[in-house]
Parts: sequence; structure tokens; C-alpha cells
Amino acid sequence: MSSADHVTMLQHGKVSLALHRLRAGNGRPLLILHGLGEKAPDTVPLWCAGWDGPIAALDFTGHGLSTVPRGGGYSAETLLADADAALAELGEVTVLGRGLGAYIALQLAGARATLVRGAILADGPGLAGGSTEPTSGNFVELPPRRATPDPYALHELSRDLRPPDYTIEFVRMALDQSGLDEPITVCARIRPAWLAAVAGEVGVAQSSLHDALVTYRSLGEVAA
Amino acid sequence: MRVQPERFPDTSNDADVQRGAFLGAMAPQRQHVVPAGRLQLAVHEWGDPDAPPLFIVHGGFDFIRTYEVFAPLLAAAGWRVVGWDQRGHGDSDHTELYSWDGDMRDAMAVMDSITDAPAPVVGHSKGGALMLQLADAQPFRFSHLVNLDGLPYRRPIPDIADHERTTTMAKDIGRWLDSRRTVASATRRPGTLDELAHRRGAMNPRLSPEWLRHLVTVGGRHDADGWRWKIDPQMRFGGFGPWRPEWTITRLPGLGMPFLAILGSEQEAMGFGTTARQVTKFLPEGGRCETLDDVGHFVHIEQPATVAAMVLDFVGGAQRMAS
Repeated sequence: MSSADHVTMLQHGKVSLALHRLRAGNGRPLLILHGLGEKAPDTVPLWCAGWDGPIAALDFTGHGLSTVPRGGGYSAETLLADADAALAELGEVTVLGRGLGAYIALQLAGARATLVRGAILADGPGLAGGSTEPTSGNFVELPPRRATPDPYALHELSRDLRPPDYTIEFVRMALDQSGLDEPITVCARIRPAWLAAVAGEVGVAQSSLHDALVTYRSLGEVAA
Repeated sequence: MRVQPERFPDTSNDADVQRGAFLGAMAPQRQHVVPAGRLQLAVHEWGDPDAPPLFIVHGGFDFIRTYEVFAPLLAAAGWRVVGWDQRGHGDSDHTELYSWDGDMRDAMAVMDSITDAPAPVVGHSKGGALMLQLADAQPFRFSHLVNLDGLPYRRPIPDIADHERTTTMAKDIGRWLDSRRTVASATRRPGTLDELAHRRGAMNPRLSPEWLRHLVTVGGRHDADGWRWKIDPQMRFGGFGPWRPEWTITRLPGLGMPFLAILGSEQEAMGFGTTARQVTKFLPEGGRCETLDDVGHFVHIEQPATVAAMVLDFVGGAQRMAS
């Protein structure tokens, strides 16, 4: 399947986001959120073998085919709204995030708990983020690149603060509202402080990526 | 430094602008743009261009021409007063993303375009909090730091049970995401001079109708169907994130430059509600915190002469800085 034929551009504010349809099919789609500095895969990745339904993948702002903003200004919360734009297009999904995408998948599972039927948090670039509390970190102006990813995305989203008590709020939101016993599954083997806290919460499963996909796929078809 | 006349049109013949004239207000004496990456920031200056610079920084949802009474008082004492409209505000470019880090880099771009030497910096509200972080990260830019009612300390919501906090946060984030789904089509509602002044009065209830009308004429654009605020309609109050108000004030004790905080005693929706008692225990060595009685969040607008005198007493004479 050629990705160019199956890209839908979504609007989030002044940013156009590329949503790639990697595989058509029946039932709830799997939404893939890439890691920091990556882009949506061109074809169905081998690690999605556990999912036999439709698959879509989003290019975050400043990545892949999506708009590069003038002058940076990235935050994880902005990327959450990027992912929510994909939800507005797709409806119910299971979400699989790599690295930074895992952090966004967690937030999406909490913020849109009734639309996310399982969030899978996997290893990938940008998993750690920045500190858990403020630093005297410097600010720098970066030269532009001719192509994505945007250097400001790489810089700002590799140092955003991720306090563990903030991240577990999203677990609690997912548990409160999703109706699932285990709305989040941690597959990542690397556990920065925020993810270790998430993994320790009641209602967060831990398994292989393949098993998590199979489990969430079995939750059933898209609600009428 | 680039002059862009089209960005700063002459509006003096507009009857509404004439009606909005405010006694004591002075338009910037020089206006130009400074590039910050691919953005163009509008810079406004008062005072002798050869005088030592003093930077002023506005708060969220404001613009630098809200300093049109206060800034000339500092300029009259011999300072080159330099301010800019933050991205999305006033006459600066609107952009795709707005963030604290972006505002910080924009400040650096303007400061670098004016001087390499340490200079006094006066920031109000969010502008004060921004400059406190920049003073922590890049102290070499600051000879003095003045914070005008810009020290967040604690959340405005009362302590609530964990479960209730989770529910509240979920609702807040849901509303914010809902707004992001429709923000691409957001526009500013046009109105008459008086209608926009009245609307702003809801945010600035202590400021006079005459001043609010004046703000419309310098912070708004007069289109065929009425006045609109220039601020990017895609910006809105609210939002969420891991940031905590108390993280700002914990940067205070480490500051090495002279520091003065000026708070208003009257709490307002636009302010942080921080008291001198809360600030005092975080003051750096030699730092001061003063509270103006019966004054709200906009201390420099309600009491421009008093606040200017306090600032000038604190930073010293411009000639002393220049020598």
C-alpha cells in the first residue's frame, strides 16, 4: 500500500497533521504514535503482527508530513491535542505509542478515556523526556532544517518536565472513565521515573507488545 | 532591526482613536521589528535612543502599549525603555504554537538586538514570571530585576480530595481538547470602541472606562465591521500541564542581581493572589518586596507615578548606569 495514497490531512489550529492509513479493515483501528524525531511508518511494522485490524499512524507537529511551526513552542500537551485530532477523525481506537508517543498515548488514554480502548506504552525515542522538576536549563535559538523533524521539536520535547504524580493522574482518569480493568499496558523495558510510577499503579498491565495488541484487539468491535 | 510601516499604521485620523486619547499616554517614539527565528516581533521604544536600555515585559493577554503611561515616566528619567509584543500579542506575528520556552527565546532575541550588557528589566504578571526564569537561566542579561505582581505561588483552587481532583482535571482537559478541535476557525468578535472596552473591563474591573477605550485603540484593529483585538484568536485562557505555580517563586532565592517585587494588595482574577508574606521567605539576599495598598494586579497602570518612582529609586539614575 502506498502511503501517499492514504494520507489524510487534519487541521489542528494552524497546523496540518498527516494521518497515514497503513491498513484498511473492519473494526476499531490501531493508532500508532511515533517517537521523538521519528515519523509515521510507511507500511505496517512487523511489531504490529498482533493486530489484525485497521491501522493508522499520525505524524506529530513538526514531524513527517505535518506542518513545521515558526519558532518552536512545543509541549506534550500540544501533541496530545494532535493525537486528539486523529481521534476526531477515527473515533474509538486502541493507541500504541513509542517513546514520546507512549507519553502522549498515556495522556490520551486519560483525557479521552471513553474513546481509547487500550493504550500501549512502548520503548522508543523521547521516552524519558526531561527532569521531574524545574532546572536552570538554558534556552537556545536553533538553526532551521530543510526537512522534518523540526530541531525545536527535538530540543523542547526532549526536556519537558514529567513529574510522576502528574502522569499518574492520567492513569486514574483512564481507570475512572474507560470502563476497562486495565486501560493501559506498559511494554517498555526502560522505565524513566514517570513510567515507573505509571507501571506501579493499579489497573496498569505489563506485557509484551504482541500480547498487549492481541488483548486489546479482543475487546470487541467499535461501539454502535 | 527593521522598520515595517505597514505593521504600525498611522491611525491618528481615526475618529475613534481620537476619542480614545488618554491624558498622560504617549505612543511609542520608535517602532520596529526584530526577527526571532521565522517570527517577526514588534518592538516599541520610548526615550533617547542613545540612553542606556531598560526592558519592560507585558503580561499574558496584554500588549506592550499597555505601558503607554508608565514607560514614558521611566524614559523621562533618562532611560531608553524597550518593550515588545509577545508572539501572538499586539503587533507581533501570530504563530502556530505558543509556549513558555517560545516566549523565553523571543525575549532573548529582542534583548540581543538591543544590548550585550546587563540591563534593568521590569516585568508585569506573566512577564514578571518569565523574566524570573530568564534571570535564573541567563543572569548575565540583568543588572536589576523588578517584578510587578508576577509571582505565582499556589493554585487558585482549594485543596480537594484526590478523586475529586482527578475528575476536575479530566473535565478541564476534555474542555481544552474540545476547544483545540475547533480552534482553527476561531475569530475575534468585532464590536464598537465601547463594546470592546466593556468586554475588557470584565478582565480589568479596576481600570477606568477611559483607559479601557484607549487600550482598544492601541491594542485593537479597526476593520470595516468594527474593532477587533489584535491578539491571535487561537489563544485562550486555561490549558494544563505539569507546571506548578510554586515552581516560579523557588527560583527567587538564587538570584544574584538586585531584586524588587511590587505587589498590589487587592486580589483580581487576572492576578496570582500572592502576598508579601509568601514572597518574603523566598527573597534573595538584599531583595525587597513592597505592597501597594488598595491597588490591584495592574500596579503600574493604577499607580504609574508611584510605581515609576519606586522603580527609578531602585535601579538608580540612567546616567549612573551609563557612566
